Amino acid sequence: MKATRSMILVSSDQESMDRGALEVFETLQKQLVTFGLEEEISISMVDDISKRGASPLILVYPDAVIYGPVTPADVPFIVEEHLYKGRVVESKQISPYDLSGRVAWLSSRKGTLPAEHRIVLKNVGLIDPEKIDEYIINEGYEALGKILREMSPQETITTLKNSGLRGRGGAGFPTGLKWQFVAGAKGDKKYVICNADESEPGTFKDRLVLEGDPHAIIEAMMIAAYAVGADEGYVYIRGEYGLAISRMGKAIEQAREYGLLGENIFGTDFSFDLHIHAGAGAYICGEETALIESIEGNRGEPRPRPPYPTTAGLWQKPTLVNNVETLANIPAIVRNGPEWYKSIGTHSSPGTKVYTILGNVNVTGLIEVPMGITLREVISIYAKGMKDGGSFKLAQTGGSSGSIIPASLQDTPMDFDSFSKAGVSLGSGALLIANEETCVVDLAKVLLNFFRNESCGKCNPCRIGNQRSFEILTNISEGVGTLQDLKDLQMLSDQLYELSNCGLGQTAGSPLKDILAHFKAEVEAHIKLKVCPAGVCPMSGHRTY
Amino acid sequence: MPSIKSLDDLKKIREEALKKQQLKETSGKTEVVVGMGTVGIAAGARETLKAILDMIESEDLSDIIVRQTGNIGLDSFEPIVQVNLTGESKVTYGKVSPEIARRIMKEHVMGGEIVTEYQIEG
Ligand SMILES: Cc1cc2nc3c(=O)[nH]c(=O)nc-3n(C[C@H](O)[C@H](O)[C@H](O)COP(=O)(O)O)c2cc1C
Repeated sequence: MKATRSMILVSSDQESMDRGALEVFETLQKQLVTFGLEEEISISMVDDISKRGASPLILVYPDAVIYGPVTPADVPFIVEEHLYKGRVVESKQISPYDLSGRVAWLSSRKGTLPAEHRIVLKNVGLIDPEKIDEYIINEGYEALGKILREMSPQETITTLKNSGLRGRGGAGFPTGLKWQFVAGAKGDKKYVICNADESEPGTFKDRLVLEGDPHAIIEAMMIAAYAVGADEGYVYIRGEYGLAISRMGKAIEQAREYGLLGENIFGTDFSFDLHIHAGAGAYICGEETALIESIEGNRGEPRPRPPYPTTAGLWQKPTLVNNVETLANIPAIVRNGPEWYKSIGTHSSPGTKVYTILGNVNVTGLIEVPMGITLREVISIYAKGMKDGGSFKLAQTGGSSGSIIPASLQDTPMDFDSFSKAGVSLGSGALLIANEETCVVDLAKVLLNFFRNESCGKCNPCRIGNQRSFEILTNISEGVGTLQDLKDLQMLSDQLYELSNCGLGQTAGSPLKDILAHFKAEVEAHIKLKVCPAGVCPMSGHRTY
Repeated sequence: MPSIKSLDDLKKIREEALKKQQLKETSGKTEVVVGMGTVGIAAGARETLKAILDMIESEDLSDIIVRQTGNIGLDSFEPIVQVNLTGESKVTYGKVSPEIARRIMKEHVMGGEIVTEYQIEG
């Protein structure tokens, strides 16, 4: 896929096809060549947009303009006016309302593309993170002052609930609801923990926030503490994040000097103190109960649940654990209100999502975009296309909770519900974009190697299941796999999911499930034909396991 | 340091800080901002920053404010340097080695000419 400035989608559901969508598509292709636009504008057909009576539809990105019904005869005029001269052809334009499928959410994003929408990263890269005054200039600590002086804890929780914010730590749990659980739990003492362990492979979004805007996390944790009734907090930062730890340390000091941390904050009887706890490099310590064990000075091993941390967490007290990115949304939600927040993103997943883009694309790095954007858009607009003209094969969404996403899902809106309906997950927000030179067996092997090393070993399904899966994948990659191996991988994937004690084992098998579901032929080629189609696996014929 | 006990206190601090910032902006001083996140530093932002500071010293430049900030998200272009000349919009440069930093200082900060070869969309 090349970098393009604009993208056109033609609807290809049955009704559209019956009414000449293919001719529209072909005429578009010809017209783009006529105007010399074929390099700048890409076209594709998608079958999940439709409107009865208005098919075929065409959608022009990033303008978010929809035309319908379009006949081949309309095409030359639309191409000349809109794509060549930049003027919308209003006579053919239709309203995005009451369209089904992805067009509905598209309308909510009008004008927001291709620009990013920065809430979490609003200050990152703009302010000096070591100067509290620069945070304050940018509305910093206003939200805290507002809730302490003007809102009750319950009103604060209700605001969060109404915003629809869902946890960005991987599971997408509704944040307001979690706060309600902690607020309602009985306890003389409660804690708030910021999960900044971020050890999911390929993920570095939280680090950017900690390094670039540490006060936003402090402010959010205090808002949370007030809402749930806590007076002490921990930021659990991955030990390798030296710069993040030192910036957070400085920020805490500066907030104390202003009296923004400590006793009687904003002249009220709310008090809060905050500590940093540096992790020691174990992936499992990102799992909230292992993290809590680690703060207590024990081995980082997950606890059986229930009880959940919301009722019995740190030192058995009710404890709120939220991810960095989740927290970074909170001051803005309090300042601007839940309605504002809900107007961004999709219905089931309001707000934005921060993604780290890596792999075979032209531009890697970090973006914050409204929920509901598609992989196709990420690749063509933000990553500026595949590197060296390669073609897109799959994306891996990062972390134990991530998925391997085949190209056939590149037009699925990226939000919690649309992804889970498609059987995949957003994971930790890493997007490893791979071209056709990537082998799925090799990719799964790399992931399972990580999980077998990071399994804490406490429960058998995870400790043995990951090891055994890795061994089988190694055999397949050496050309000594059997068809029975495929059945075993499927079984191991199911058992990891059903029997493991925590999220690590429960989701470690998802790469196995994903490659068997979407790339079975490629895996089978390794076994039946003894070839690795991508030319990556060693295929030595030697058996190690 | 004053202690913040009310929203008014916060507002006062905000206004004072804002005033200081505006004073800087209208003082005719040029601002050079270096992205100092982990990626920037790993890509050599410290050397870039040092080259900028050395240049200010050796050329005896005054009225230049050098600031640091976090990572703006364009990892493939680190180290990143932004130049704000008064009255002009911000210019972002990517892959700024010490050598390129010296060119930017000479041609853009001192000479007023944007070094377009290294300019990126900010
Ligand atoms: C193996 C494993 C690793 C995890 N690592 C992280 C992590 O690095 N950061 C994080 O925020 N959540 C991580 N989680 C999820 C946490 O357990 C927890 O769900 C999350 O911190 C809740 O925050 P949220 O509600 O704001 O999403 C991990 C979970 C598992 C099973």
